[in-house]
Amino acid sequence: AAGMFLRLLSDVRWRAANAKWRRMTCSWRSTSSTAEPHPVSLPAQAQVVICGGGIMGTSVAYHLSKMGWKDIVLLEQGRLAAGTTRFCAGIVSTARHVSIELKMADYSNKLYQQLEQETGVKTGYVKTGSISLAQTQDRLISLKRIASSLNVMGIPCEIITPKQVAQLHPLINIHDLVGAMYVPEDALVSSANVSLALATAASRNGVQIHERTSVSHVSVQKGCVTGVETDRGQIQCQYFVNCAGQWAYELGHSGEEPVNIPLHACEHFYLLTHPLKEPLASNLPTIVDPDGRIYIRNWQGGILSGGFEKNPKPLFTEGRNQLEIQNLQEDWDHFEPLLSALLRRMPDLEALQIMQLVNCPESFTPDMRCIMGESPTVGGYFVLAGMNSAGISYGGGAGKYLAEWMVNGYPSENVWPLDLKRFGTLQSSRTFLRHRVMEVMPLMCDLKVPRWDFQTGRQLRTSPLYDRLDAQGARWMEKHGFERVKYFVPPGKDLLDLDQSKTFYKPDWFDIVGSEVKCCKEAVCVIDMSSFTKFEISSTGDQALENLQYLFSNDLDVPVGHVVHTGMLNEKGGYENDCSIARLSKRSFFMISPTDQQVHCWTWLKNRLPNDSTLTMEDVTWKYTALNLIGPRALDVLSELSYAPITPEHFPSLFCKEMSVGYANGIRVMSITHTGEPGFMLYIPIEYALHVYNEVMNMGQKYGIRNAGYYALRSLRIEKFFAFWGQDLDAFTTPMECGREFQVKLEKGMQFVGQEALLEQKQNGVYKRFTMFILEDHDTDMDLWPWWGEPIFRNGRYVGKTTSSAYSYTLERHVCLGFVQHFDEKTGEELVVTTDFINQGEYEIDIAGQRFQAKAKLYPFSSLFTHRRRKDEVELSGYQRE
Amino acid sequence: FYLTPPQVNSILKANEYSFKVPEFDGKNVSSVLGFDSNQLPANAPIEDRRSAATCLQTRGMLLGVFDGHAGCACAQAVSERLFYYIAVSLLPHETLLEIENAVESGRALLPILQWHKHPNDYFSKEASKLYFNSLRTYWQELIDLNSGETTDVKEALINAFKRLDNDISLEAQVGDPNSFLNYLVLRVAFSGATACVAHVDGVDLHIANTGDSRAMLGVQEEDGSWSAVNLSYDHNAQNEHEVERVKMEHPKSEEKSLVKQDRLLGLLMPFRAFGDVKFKWSIELQKRVVESGPDQLNDNEYTKFIPPNYHTPPYLTAEPEVIHHKLRPQDKFLVLATDGLWETMHRQDVARIVGEYLTGVHHQQPIAVGGYKVTLGQMHGLLTERRARISSVFEDQNAATHLIRHAVGNNEFGTVDHERLSKMLSLPEELARMYRDDITIIVVQFNSHVIGACQNEE
Repeated sequence: AAGMFLRLLSDVRWRAANAKWRRMTCSWRSTSSTAEPHPVSLPAQAQVVICGGGIMGTSVAYHLSKMGWKDIVLLEQGRLAAGTTRFCAGIVSTARHVSIELKMADYSNKLYQQLEQETGVKTGYVKTGSISLAQTQDRLISLKRIASSLNVMGIPCEIITPKQVAQLHPLINIHDLVGAMYVPEDALVSSANVSLALATAASRNGVQIHERTSVSHVSVQKGCVTGVETDRGQIQCQYFVNCAGQWAYELGHSGEEPVNIPLHACEHFYLLTHPLKEPLASNLPTIVDPDGRIYIRNWQGGILSGGFEKNPKPLFTEGRNQLEIQNLQEDWDHFEPLLSALLRRMPDLEALQIMQLVNCPESFTPDMRCIMGESPTVGGYFVLAGMNSAGISYGGGAGKYLAEWMVNGYPSENVWPLDLKRFGTLQSSRTFLRHRVMEVMPLMCDLKVPRWDFQTGRQLRTSPLYDRLDAQGARWMEKHGFERVKYFVPPGKDLLDLDQSKTFYKPDWFDIVGSEVKCCKEAVCVIDMSSFTKFEISSTGDQALENLQYLFSNDLDVPVGHVVHTGMLNEKGGYENDCSIARLSKRSFFMISPTDQQVHCWTWLKNRLPNDSTLTMEDVTWKYTALNLIGPRALDVLSELSYAPITPEHFPSLFCKEMSVGYANGIRVMSITHTGEPGFMLYIPIEYALHVYNEVMNMGQKYGIRNAGYYALRSLRIEKFFAFWGQDLDAFTTPMECGREFQVKLEKGMQFVGQEALLEQKQNGVYKRFTMFILEDHDTDMDLWPWWGEPIFRNGRYVGKTTSSAYSYTLERHVCLGFVQHFDEKTGEELVVTTDFINQGEYEIDIAGQRFQAKAKLYPFSSLFTHRRRKDEVELSGYQRE
Repeated sequence: FYLTPPQVNSILKANEYSFKVPEFDGKNVSSVLGFDSNQLPANAPIEDRRSAATCLQTRGMLLGVFDGHAGCACAQAVSERLFYYIAVSLLPHETLLEIENAVESGRALLPILQWHKHPNDYFSKEASKLYFNSLRTYWQELIDLNSGETTDVKEALINAFKRLDNDISLEAQVGDPNSFLNYLVLRVAFSGATACVAHVDGVDLHIANTGDSRAMLGVQEEDGSWSAVNLSYDHNAQNEHEVERVKMEHPKSEEKSLVKQDRLLGLLMPFRAFGDVKFKWSIELQKRVVESGPDQLNDNEYTKFIPPNYHTPPYLTAEPEVIHHKLRPQDKFLVLATDGLWETMHRQDVARIVGEYLTGVHHQQPIAVGGYKVTLGQMHGLLTERRARISSVFEDQNAATHLIRHAVGNNEFGTVDHERLSKMLSLPEELARMYRDDITIIVVQFNSHVIGACQNEE
């Protein structure tokens, strides 16, 4: 079978390139000092060892060597570009939902376009354009949202009618289409040749490439990479890059210190045909028909068509020894639905003769986004894998960002959505991965609607109250494996089933969440927020305080019992984390961070705190159940359950006290709610969770207490202009840019990470500003709802994107949060954003191509606060995590 | 009278049960993937029973079918008790001691079996104490015997069968002060049951058979076709060795009366069985027990009736014939079924129908284009047709149900005929038994990956 594939894919062009390639192979060998021609022995040491000679490995090598790192060895177990890279369809498509993915694809496209000129290796690059078809109105909305993002990125793109589709492609049946998106600059390449071109350029820059060399494991000492073991000997190295594609998981687990890389392979099928009678033009646009689950590109006068079926076939669950990639079989019965979709889309192809059904496994990740970055457990161990079948589109950009990360210590864009550290060991069970990728692969074609939740791999981490809340109608979502309540469906009320509730418009839970919000405003609600990451840091002397003062931007030297909101900033002043820290005693601190910070924050602190037995840090996430008691009557409920006075005089805002609630002692009560509403967070040792919950619910009855979920919380915090890390805030956002200078100890003469960058910003001004937008002419019932990522226009010019949005039940308007930038009208250069600039503009938010007027605000509405009982104790911070 | 397809399905699926051996972390380390089982009654109430359980203190899984006669009491008792006897026979000395000590000191017992039961598969609550005491006596004897040798599975199976039958006999002779229990133990002893039990542990498959139920292995040949391998011998008049054995055990003078009309003493079809004390006890013992027994027993003509030419009991034994088979990767499944199935279907057909069902569409001769000239349209037509054909297979989620559907509904062309199926299933109770027997089927599916890996290790 391997021979068959080879014959099929090695067209004339490939062979030409291949011949050249072999010649070049010889030329490296002649330049190397050893006289022996075969095989060249491995160097004893190198700065970087890259494992994997596919598009990812070669792209990383290419970019590292461009950035000036030369001492690099690339190892490939077989031949270069022989794995998934070899067999993949070679479509470069920029139509992506996530902004960082879009940027990577755009960069890749531009890189590949000039690669042939740069290296002399024929890459087969043809700018064909791509057309994404919509069979339904919802699909068209989804495409329009992408089109809006592409346009503001400067990537040409237009929404076209079915008739225009027919003009662009002669074979398409347009009768069932409602529209399409045309991206004229998308391209086709020979993916293997792109990889070879990158390798050629890298080797010219000094990278040593060794084929037929497989890495057996990576050696680690004191938590850092020291070298690799291969079947041809050892190489000492400082950095290791795992670009092993679908073998990345296994390779990660082969060392003594396992590196969890959660990905899993699925079989992926595409069809190759003989040429049509009148061979198709090589510049004919690629067709993507997501409703039919297929893509179709021209291929040597015929077509290449594959897709993402509803019932994928995961493989290599038990590891690589099961099957070799070349021996995978064609499965026509499995391909039947995709073939039907193809013939429906292009009925004239009936008479076209089949050449081959190719089975080319692709690796998928638990959240459909690729995996890059440094291992949280092993220093110097980098990963780039899990491309979810978009390896060619991402290859260039992903390689660039990883190279920047290695050389500079951080990439030039916010790559948190792709960071390996968004996962922990909990996503590494093979059963979990197998089940999850079976859901992820069909999602490639499914409609991406707001608030989508994965259905597989659920109920892994739960609060002790899970069953109780579930029995009361809780509907769940998941974050970092933890089940969290979205809202509670009242008894007797039925919501639409999952498929029907997918909408870009007003969702069916609108009134349910509305009543939860109302209860938070007028009475009291309980929200289980146990998923938060919780650390305890303590020391024998003042070490804890001293170290934390340096690592966190706000002043932590507060009286015992105070809670401080603070950023954990990087050197550039950007938020690596945003958290609340309670000073439990002189020498110990309790730190609460967002749920998905568990790995990242731990690694960040571990790497920066002194390795000293007198200073301890413990992850106590699992030890506490967290209940958020929100609302004006929270005080009354808590008063009745405790003898400790909790009136504002005794328990002002941002306080933390250990007290008893009911029979349970040692409950950490904090006067914060993460919403700006009055109330308390209760951190309860888990064995007391049910008791405290029952007491609170019983006592709360007379105050109208009810359960609420995260959707209510989200609405509350967004209308109060609270930013949250991971969506609004990231490593490229500073406190200055989101109006949080008051959370920074700039004036106190203390040194802390990011201080210089912030001082500079304070002096020179900021280049983007976190702003709140109230949609003016938006009809909640009839219009499309904002989500996030919508372009913001000021006086008709693009100035930035939204980062989150919610309906405010108080304002009865939609609120969007986002960043406003100031681009020079002529040069496009970024200018300082002043308060006046924000205030003196007419704003519009673009939702799927439709623009809505919006009012910009830099501070939350004070009128919202007037009815509150404790208005003088408003939490001043814009701070929230979800 | 006509049953719609959904009505037919609800009858066929009423007793179906499936068990999948849980996967751990993506790996299934058991050689058994799982099993499907089902029963279709002809008698009212059904006289067949089935059991399945995982041994918790030793490795392995037990599966069995039991065909009762002269009532269901004996089959019911054997289905509840036999696996405990087997499990205890397999236990190492230390575990037996541990269990005995736990009972002695009133501590919680180590669980011995994890049952995999359909909700209709009930256990008798009333007799559990009695059954437990007999079982305990058995393990106490095993402790005293302590041979020190590792337990041989074959021997354990034989001992367990014989011991249980012996206990059934003893319990009936001793009786019970509780009148309900007293009547129960007598009914158990005077009715009978055959048993066909499989013990699977890694690549070691043991079949212990007593009577005319049957175990059959489904083997996939290299060309993808299916063949059947018998793993048990029927103990009935068609089996020359059995007839020979029975004749050897009795004086020459009885040779003519031993087997008449293909039946033991002209009465009993299976030549080995549990219970059936009428073929085991001396005439005196039978008379004494019946006379001292409750009125219901005394009034029953069957129990009072002594078989003709009854000179040298016992004529019947529960001792099983045990066959050991080392599983190979091509051994895909095992079918255990009572004679109700084998009367209507040839084992070769059983192997084919189950094999094709279990592998579904994937291994049903995959299509390969190879060097042929095939157009997209032709391929599409072919695939659509295959899909239509396959969808009928997927009507059943249970291999045993699928087999019953064929057993009852097959026409002369070997395909399921709905009309026939409808007729057979709508027969009135009193007629049903004339057209078909109770059918009980367990289909065990093996994990070829695990079996292949075990083989390589060995």
